[in-house]
Amino acid sequence: MSMREVKVCLLGEAGVGKSSIAHRFVMDSFNEKQESTIGAAFMSKTVKYNTQTVKFQMWDTAGQEKYKGLAPMYYRGASAAIVVYDITSFNTYNVVKDWVRDVRDTCDTEDFILIIVGNKVDVEEKRNVPRETAEKYCVSMGAHLFECSALSGKNVFEIFEKIAENLPSENPMLHHKRDTINIRPPIKEKKKECCKTQ
Amino acid sequence: MDETYDVIVLGTGLTECILSGILSVSGRKVLHMDRNKYYGGESASITPLDDLFKMFGQDPVALPDGRPRDWNVDLIPKFLMASGQLVKILIKTGVTKYLEFKSVEGSYVFKGSKIFKVPSNEKEALATSLMGIFEKRRFKNLLTGINEFDEKAPKNPNMTPELTMEQVFKNFGLDENTRDFCGHAMGLYLNDDYLKKSCIEPVSRIKLYCESMARYGNSPYLYPLYGLGELPQGFARLSAIYGGTYMLDKPVDEIIMEDGKFAGVKSQGQIARAKMVLGDPSYFLDRVKKIGQVVRAICIMNHTIPNTNDAKSCQIIFPQNQLGRKSDIYVSMVSYAHNVASKTYYIAMISTTVETANPENEILPALKIIGPVLHKFVKVHDCFVPKDTAADKLAQCFVSTSYDATSHFETTCLDITNLHKNITGEDINYANIVDPDESASQGADQ
Ligand SMILES: Nc1nc2c(ncn2[C@@H]2O[C@H](COP(=O)(O)OP(=O)(O)OP(=O)(O)O)[C@@H](O)[C@H]2O)c(=O)[nH]1
Ligand SMILES: [Mg+2]
Repeated sequence: MSMREVKVCLLGEAGVGKSSIAHRFVMDSFNEKQESTIGAAFMSKTVKYNTQTVKFQMWDTAGQEKYKGLAPMYYRGASAAIVVYDITSFNTYNVVKDWVRDVRDTCDTEDFILIIVGNKVDVEEKRNVPRETAEKYCVSMGAHLFECSALSGKNVFEIFEKIAENLPSENPMLHHKRDTINIRPPIKEKKKECCKTQ
Repeated sequence: MDETYDVIVLGTGLTECILSGILSVSGRKVLHMDRNKYYGGESASITPLDDLFKMFGQDPVALPDGRPRDWNVDLIPKFLMASGQLVKILIKTGVTKYLEFKSVEGSYVFKGSKIFKVPSNEKEALATSLMGIFEKRRFKNLLTGINEFDEKAPKNPNMTPELTMEQVFKNFGLDENTRDFCGHAMGLYLNDDYLKKSCIEPVSRIKLYCESMARYGNSPYLYPLYGLGELPQGFARLSAIYGGTYMLDKPVDEIIMEDGKFAGVKSQGQIARAKMVLGDPSYFLDRVKKIGQVVRAICIMNHTIPNTNDAKSCQIIFPQNQLGRKSDIYVSMVSYAHNVASKTYYIAMISTTVETANPENEILPALKIIGPVLHKFVKVHDCFVPKDTAADKLAQCFVSTSYDATSHFETTCLDITNLHKNITGEDINYANIVDPDESASQGADQ
């Protein structure tokens, strides 16, 4: 079975739930006291999709976006971007457009997968962003829209399924990589027991 | 911004970003600012291409084929020595995983009126027309001696730490050309000052060259995809992951001193306070002195350099003796193969230490070798060093050294080591660096 690595960038205003979504997808759990991202800013998870094995590598911004400090490096080689807003805050939805512009500027390949995600649907009663508003915008941008909840887990896996489904048949980055070299010393394979926590 | 930090770092050049990363990892609260809206300062790669034209005061020209976004043009020409210090830092900090490298395809040296490939293995060394058959034997003896050299227990009386490199060359019976080749094409010395000094450093530099060469084949050099500007970005991410705060496009209006000591930085009406500040020379013009100038010419071309076997990346060294100069001229070329240019374009950079009042004239011999150029961007850069490091330490203002004319980052790494010692009183301890991303992804895989 073929294995492919897929880089996914997480974007969006502080506190919308980027890290929580990644955490839900990778660990299938929710951490109530999720700290503003410091420390881990990179997670990966391998899933099977049809005949392929897809290894998602999720990049978190590490807070660099707060003062115009998100480096172009962040987007390098990404196949998809997930731009997250909080459905209870219209302001977080408004800045989605700035992120999308940024992504389009840097990753303007045909095959780039853009996903816009309204998070926190578990607090539907506080909703501030109508689904139709976001939907209209997504259609105009050629983006996919998901409304999800990292807290309940609703619709989170579907986001990544959509990415897997839309991957181009051949990885356009591959031809550049052909003669790159790995300068890392080979990692000693420690066969780790699955350390999933409940 | 109205906050107190342990360290404020000004400028996002490679030196500053590596230190910022290491200081954040060791638990310090870092605020990192840059007046530019891009990362890298002097060590940036400029994108889109239009910005390069503007930076050099030219009207942007659209090149046929490709988009301005395809370009990431370095402002300084440097490669990484495959076995050098920077590669070690990249591996130990885990920053390698943000980057991808290609091996530079060829290394050439100018002799007479032509360029010759620097032999990359024994077979090529035997076949090269750079030296005669008997000279080759002597050259081989020297390399064997260098390979076995141990500073503390020298075995070979022809190569001991008390000897100068000139004496060592003499002891091995090497002629002028081979000396030039060893010192300049392998030791990567820019001038002949090294001849009169102890052979320890030249021997270790030639050794580094050989080890780097043996690593990946054709040349001792590595180059990152998307340009050198990726390096500072990688270390900035390391810093951010450990809590470093990043602000770009942030002018520094004033460096505030209280009782002769650093107190804070004022920007756009706000003040950030910290115990100390670290920055590149452009933020501390009153604390640095000029020690010389380097001229750099960025040349955009639509062809490879003649007689380089169509290499998509290469280096050419013009030893000073061959040109009747005091310092060498370097050409470094990279291309679309490294995602720094649109398809079918090449970027050659010519650089040398300025010796006359007309620096553009000085680089003419190299321009002749590289062939027709579509667009050329020339600038003379001042090289600064701190005026008085003891005074800087008292003031808690630490200033880095400008990027020099050497073709690699070894001197930059030396500056980083020294600055770290000055700032913290300790040597860098890489063992303390745990890669948080690595541990996060480990547990996560199914
Ligand atoms: N009710 C609800 N709260 C959520 C959900 N997802 C995240 N949160 C909460 O929102 C807050 C921010 O979540 P994070 O995942 O840290 O957000 P982030 O986008 O990574 O934030 P930064 O790292 O600061 O940019 C935390 O208090 C979470 O508990 C959700 O689906 N529902
Ligand atoms: Mg987060």
